[in-house]
Amino acid sequence: MRRLSENEFRIIRRFRRLYAVVAALVCLMMISLLFLTVSNLPIFGEESNPANNEVVERYLEKGLEETGAVNITAGIILDYRAFDTFGESTVLFLAVAAVWMLLKKEEKEIRVLMEETLTYAPKEDVIFRTVARFLTPCILLFGIYIILNGHLSPGGGFSGGAVMGSGLILYNLSNGTARTRRFLNEKVFTRVVMGALFFYALAKSYSFFTGGNHLESLIPLGTPGSIFSGGLILPLNIAVGLVVACTGYGIYALFARGGL
Amino acid sequence: MGGNFFTNYVEISAVVLFCIGFSTLLFHQNLLKKIIGFNIMDTAIYLFLAAKGYIADSDPAIIVDGILDAGRYVNPLPGALVLTGIVVSVSVTAFSLALVLRLYEKYGTMHMDEILYLSREDR
Amino acid sequence: MQLIQNIPFISIMLSILAGVFCFASKAKLAERLTLGALAAITLMSAALLAELWQTGESFIFSMGHFPAPWGNELRAGVFEALMALAFSVVMLLSLIAGRERIYDDIAPARQGLYFLMINLLMSSLLALIYTNDLFTAYVFVEINTLAACAIVASKDTGETITATIRYLIMSLLGSGMLLIAISLIYSVTGHLLMDHIRASLEILAAKGSYEVPLAVVILLISVGLAIKSALYPFHTWLPTAHGSATTASSAILSGVVLKGYVILLLKIFYRVFGLEFIHQLQVANLLFAFGLAGMIFGSLYALREHNIKRLLAYSSVAQVGYIFMGIGLSTATGTVAACFHILAHAITKPMLFCAADGLMETSGHSRQIHDLKSAGHKNRLAGLAFTAGSLSMIGIPLFSGFVSKFYFATASLESPGKMVMTLLVLALSTLLNAMYFVPVIVTIYAHEDEGLAQGEELSFADQFIPEAEPEETGEPPLVHKSPVSYKLTMILFILLNIFLGCAYGPVLEIIERGLLMF
Repeated sequence: MRRLSENEFRIIRRFRRLYAVVAALVCLMMISLLFLTVSNLPIFGEESNPANNEVVERYLEKGLEETGAVNITAGIILDYRAFDTFGESTVLFLAVAAVWMLLKKEEKEIRVLMEETLTYAPKEDVIFRTVARFLTPCILLFGIYIILNGHLSPGGGFSGGAVMGSGLILYNLSNGTARTRRFLNEKVFTRVVMGALFFYALAKSYSFFTGGNHLESLIPLGTPGSIFSGGLILPLNIAVGLVVACTGYGIYALFARGGL
Repeated sequence: MGGNFFTNYVEISAVVLFCIGFSTLLFHQNLLKKIIGFNIMDTAIYLFLAAKGYIADSDPAIIVDGILDAGRYVNPLPGALVLTGIVVSVSVTAFSLALVLRLYEKYGTMHMDEILYLSREDR
Repeated sequence: MQLIQNIPFISIMLSILAGVFCFASKAKLAERLTLGALAAITLMSAALLAELWQTGESFIFSMGHFPAPWGNELRAGVFEALMALAFSVVMLLSLIAGRERIYDDIAPARQGLYFLMINLLMSSLLALIYTNDLFTAYVFVEINTLAACAIVASKDTGETITATIRYLIMSLLGSGMLLIAISLIYSVTGHLLMDHIRASLEILAAKGSYEVPLAVVILLISVGLAIKSALYPFHTWLPTAHGSATTASSAILSGVVLKGYVILLLKIFYRVFGLEFIHQLQVANLLFAFGLAGMIFGSLYALREHNIKRLLAYSSVAQVGYIFMGIGLSTATGTVAACFHILAHAITKPMLFCAADGLMETSGHSRQIHDLKSAGHKNRLAGLAFTAGSLSMIGIPLFSGFVSKFYFATASLESPGKMVMTLLVLALSTLLNAMYFVPVIVTIYAHEDEGLAQGEELSFADQFIPEAEPEETGEPPLVHKSPVSYKLTMILFILLNIFLGCAYGPVLEIIERGLLMF
């Protein structure tokens, strides 16, 4: 890792000035173009906008009876437009695999970065540890609640999974890695993520296969408003929640220590 | 400027945010600041998209009291699209931060020019 | 709905599942899974192509129980099946030819993850080819970006990671523009499925409303996808990314990843906007101009290169310029020529990268062209493949490159305004291609005993460097026997190229029919 010499800095600086001028022009062009466009769009919040057409009508009027979900957004992302959500889970999985590829270290190196050998670690702080002891179970419970009620109220797998992931990170910071590894280590992480994605792919493949071939789906829709309703939406929410929670914690652990 | 410049205030603020993010991306040489610029840009685009769903004087798209009237609720579709977009943005940010970390481990700097220069010598 | 119409959906799911399983697998198992999945997809796409060619119609497969504007759908016609077949064949062959290099360049702990990325890359390419929905296209474009960046970064040297971050930043700019365009389209029409957007746009165009937003949308989509497929002024990320990655990655990136975005652009132009709208807005002329500039400047940059992989990367910039020139000609023949060139380049460039890898092996892994002296004699098959690929790039008859250039010239005759420019630039770029490929061929077939002192030409650029002292390496060059799989793959590549160059009639007919039912 060597520092650059004075001469090299001068060459770079000259190129930078030209680049700054071109970049300023591009920015100004972009701003004016976008302002011009936005001022020609339909008025914000009007009911007669082109976006409020027959597509939305069916989602709102028939969404409850066709998908069984009271939360129409959950019905859209996990039933009507489920392929997009499948792609989105794949992006998340791909990101964690890519970060794993870049940052994963050997076990010996991970041990060096675990809190037990650091001079200051968050878990040594009394205030933090005590407050976390009360907060962590509440956060995890709230996350589970959001996931399970995704089809009945605002929430769903993604938001619930994010909350659970934060709860896990808080637990790790306040109790140390050795204790976290008792229930969330590399093997568990791999199995949970792969299992959840595999289940998601299978469930959705059944749905796509029956839909594309115009066959009847055998999944019952249940009574709207009860927790076991919505066909496949509840299991899919749980799978997505698990993936997001593990991914959130996994990315944090890879950045902090180089591994779980 | 077209007619709806002052009524579309949410979209205008989204465009302003987008341009702030875009200029941060272009003008700063520090890689972390470029990534922050990216995030601001992406968030601005999601604000723009989410604003498409709003209908004045409407409730969120959770069916209450069994009322199935399309005029009562907000358009839920843009919200569903933004959900997907946010997850994509998070994934991409995680990957780019991991790349920046590796670059720092190798070259000891986060300045884009220095990194380009040093990597050219590695070749 | 027959069983064979499930093939697009099965191929996408198969590659995603194979990718998921590669996460915790050892390298050998992951490799077998990937190769198995790719082989299965190749066979299925071939069957689909045969079936669709017989029936002559495209079909729609709804993903879920709800029809078009409420649910997602896939659409497959002859053109899509042909592209899926071509992409899977190219990925399969590139992986087999580059597999030794994968095991050398990438650390053992990461090899399984590399195959994961390849599987997800295949799934995203298939989804881009088959999808009929704009937002699904955006999500899979992001998967494509991440996977492509990851296979460059997997080599984990300073050069590749720098190249990756540059590639990622520019790619994300392109995706951002695509997302703004999709939001604008949604706010103006209220639909996300391509056919329905087309219907709304026709009504809007008749009334003349929202002209400015629609023009901006087309501009944003074109620029965004042009950044991602390395059209001329936006190509700056390509040379380092393709030039420094491991061989299989360079081959796959140059051969198929760039083309996936071009196919998405064609889809949007044909299905969402319709060709008349595009002609009205002069966007095609802009793409035409950039394509011409790319053809010239790409080759000019390649002339200056001493590093063989960067030379091939700059050659890719020039070839992408050809494709955009064909699209910019705004005629049916032009687009058919551009699509044929997508196929031709997809088969030729991976062959060149893999052959260059074989040549580099016999010269101690050096990438400098003057170190490849007489490598063609040590590794005969690699030398033969490199020569075949270069002749195809230059445009010698018998090879596929000749057919594309011929068709580009024929297409340009139909638009008199652009005819002279196109023919001139075609001729100039053929000359430039020859100027940087032929010296490399001469170098690799030069004999050991003829030294530098006899004034022999090396690469075009090497003529202008002062004569270097011949260095004593102290060790004789390694005589490396390539594995049987590598040899078979190279032979297959050469045969495919010649097949495409001679039996081009049926392929062109497939493309034409496919574009009509596009």
